[in-house]
Amino acid sequence: MTLTPTRRLLILAVGVLLLGGVGAWSVLSAAGRAAEENRPRPGGPAFTAGKVDLGEPGRLVFRNTAAGPHRDRLVSVPADGRDGGPAGAVRTATDVSCLRFHSAAGTGVCLQAHTVLGRPAYQARVLDSGLRTLKTYPLAGIPSRARVSPSGRLAAWTVFVKGESYGTAFFSTRTAILDTRGWKLAANMEEFAITLDGRPYRNEDVNFWGVTFAGDDDTFYATLATGDETYLVRGSVARRAVTTLTRNVECPSLSPDGTRVAYKKRVMGRTALWREHVLDVRTLESTPLAERRSVDDQAVWLDDGTLAYALPADSRAGSDDVWTVPADGSGAPEVLLEDGQAPPAPARAG
Amino acid sequence: MYLADRSTPQGATDTPDRVRGTVRAVSPTVLALGTVSLVTDVSSEMVTAVLPLYLVMGLGLSPLGFGMLDGVQNGVSALVQLTGGHLADRVRNHKLVAGIGYGLSALCKPLLLVGSLGALGAALALDRVGKGLRTAPRDALISLSAPPDRQGRAFGVHRAMDTTGALLGPVLAFLILGVAAGGYDAVFAVSGCVAALGVLVLLLFVPGRRQAPAPPPASVPEAVSVPNPVSGAPEDRPVPEARADLRAAFGLLRTRRLRVLFGCAVLLGLTTVSDAFLYLLVQRRTGVDEQLFPLLPLGTATVFLLLALPLGRLADRIGRRAVFLAGHAGLLVAYGLLLWAPATPALPYLVLVLHGAFYAATDGVLPAAVAAVVPERLRASGIALVGTGQALARFCCSLAFGAAWAAWGDGPALAAAAAGLACCAAACGVALRPTPTTGVPR
Repeated sequence: MTLTPTRRLLILAVGVLLLGGVGAWSVLSAAGRAAEENRPRPGGPAFTAGKVDLGEPGRLVFRNTAAGPHRDRLVSVPADGRDGGPAGAVRTATDVSCLRFHSAAGTGVCLQAHTVLGRPAYQARVLDSGLRTLKTYPLAGIPSRARVSPSGRLAAWTVFVKGESYGTAFFSTRTAILDTRGWKLAANMEEFAITLDGRPYRNEDVNFWGVTFAGDDDTFYATLATGDETYLVRGSVARRAVTTLTRNVECPSLSPDGTRVAYKKRVMGRTALWREHVLDVRTLESTPLAERRSVDDQAVWLDDGTLAYALPADSRAGSDDVWTVPADGSGAPEVLLEDGQAPPAPARAG
Repeated sequence: MYLADRSTPQGATDTPDRVRGTVRAVSPTVLALGTVSLVTDVSSEMVTAVLPLYLVMGLGLSPLGFGMLDGVQNGVSALVQLTGGHLADRVRNHKLVAGIGYGLSALCKPLLLVGSLGALGAALALDRVGKGLRTAPRDALISLSAPPDRQGRAFGVHRAMDTTGALLGPVLAFLILGVAAGGYDAVFAVSGCVAALGVLVLLLFVPGRRQAPAPPPASVPEAVSVPNPVSGAPEDRPVPEARADLRAAFGLLRTRRLRVLFGCAVLLGLTTVSDAFLYLLVQRRTGVDEQLFPLLPLGTATVFLLLALPLGRLADRIGRRAVFLAGHAGLLVAYGLLLWAPATPALPYLVLVLHGAFYAATDGVLPAAVAAVVPERLRASGIALVGTGQALARFCCSLAFGAAWAAWGDGPALAAAAAGLACCAAACGVALRPTPTTGVPR
């Protein structure tokens, strides 16, 4: 403590230089790595610019996650074996970037990021079949799930919301349901009436996520979390109400025939490990699927017998591969395509 | 300073007296501590700002990840503050204990680079412990380096600098992510370097153990006059000299003025709805745009930053009691506005201005008031005692408010909190009345 003011300033200057150097080095090396990851991978998918039509039968449209200039862009590939099939075909790339995407019957929902005041901000775009924006809605947080009803009329999305205060951070989800006929938006599903185990229920810790719609454009299924439990709920958009059906169900996905729900079931307490199951919504009986790895995705039904879901790619940071597995617990998982998120079922002919 | 310079006529080299006066009147120690807090807050808010993005985009955490990270106990954090204050008095070295606190927060940053949820939880917990440890000794250092009639100003300067750091942190973090997409490790590494810089500034520019002649003469009679010598009640006898042990620390509660302050801090804490709930209420009751929700805390912080110094000075001039109570009255008005919810686009702004003003009028004024009634050798213990009481009370309020919200809905829960706040503020207004012996509290 006998340092002269000059010495102190000198030590401070040296400290600033050293720490600044370490900081600058870490930022530069991260920037270099980001640039490296953005370079197309040898042997990765090939792209061609072109038009994508959500209503075109036999095409899978999804978010491409391959490194390179088309990362996060919506791309399309043939759903069947033509032109190399989903895995090998040249991808038709658009200039629409999404973090989450889903579509049905020519309506698409794209949750995307942009920048406001230097901070990341997010919005939901409702797209027509030619990927033109019909309507844009601001989002309160980071995109998590997106869904469109089979008729293309209803859409739902879930985002993570961060509330911050001095030194504390809490996380929750916010789920919105949109009726594109009249553009009626229920911005926060937490305002819906809840019947839990047969009784009316209210709690400020309630969270909803992972909506999936039935064919009647009213009924939906979703995950409700409160306390330490997650529940499968069935709800009505018109009545703004939900009822719990069973526990330990996350990210439900209703089959095209409306009889079964694919979902991820948490195993081993509160660890981030899930097994994908299919539940019969009448008997509430569950069947584990042949996929034994932990699936953290809201699966999609490609048809009444096949589920598709994304798993992180082993060797490629930040990318996913899409796998399929039979919905009855038989068979084995197979790669549908690399470097993408699970594509919604292709539009049907006619 | 810059704005003030610009307003002076061409050629004038002198900054206006008021500004120069303010800067000169604040001791270098307070400025150094303010710098340490600013730098440390830049560091920790960098992490807080990118954490959700990192969890979702970096670690791929799914919706049920929340709650797990929120499990750090508020109660433990409050007890750590008590320990920090007591230790600082016990070893008679506030700088050492504050330094350990800042050091812990710097050392935990590399843990963030491990990239697992467990390490992340540990890092956040250590950061909390560090924050708890340093708060009371730091506030004690501030109070000890300002004369009694300038306590409000000193705390105001410190809180303004502290909040500046909190506002700059996210900007720096997102700048880094702009340069290096997905570079969360770079954000954490820079955060660690910034935190280390804060520790360095503390070590170099904050004086250590106080030498005997250091306290300004004005503070001596203040410290001596603390225990109420007139009432003669046995409970008011001065705490024993020399030792700053636990008994002495809790013995502080036997001095009437501190007991009153403690009681008021707890009572008002019990009716102060936590920030998280307040922003939720703003969102639900004013229909503020979804996208603006993450920006609500910025509104509060900006107002806090702008008003911390003026209100601190005001407290020095017209009395801490008036400013402290006015701050709570402002909060009460904010609750009222939220309950009334008039259909005006100005509503969320009004509420945030009142919320920020509440912090500016109370956050630094309370420790300043505590400092005025606690002798020097128990300064950190006293500040920690009141701070802990307040923190625990606010924690209880959060639990109760959450339960009330679940049972009755947000409106009735807020109405209950408002009624409680009105009663407690009135009671404190009476309890904090100046007594004949102590005169008008500054």
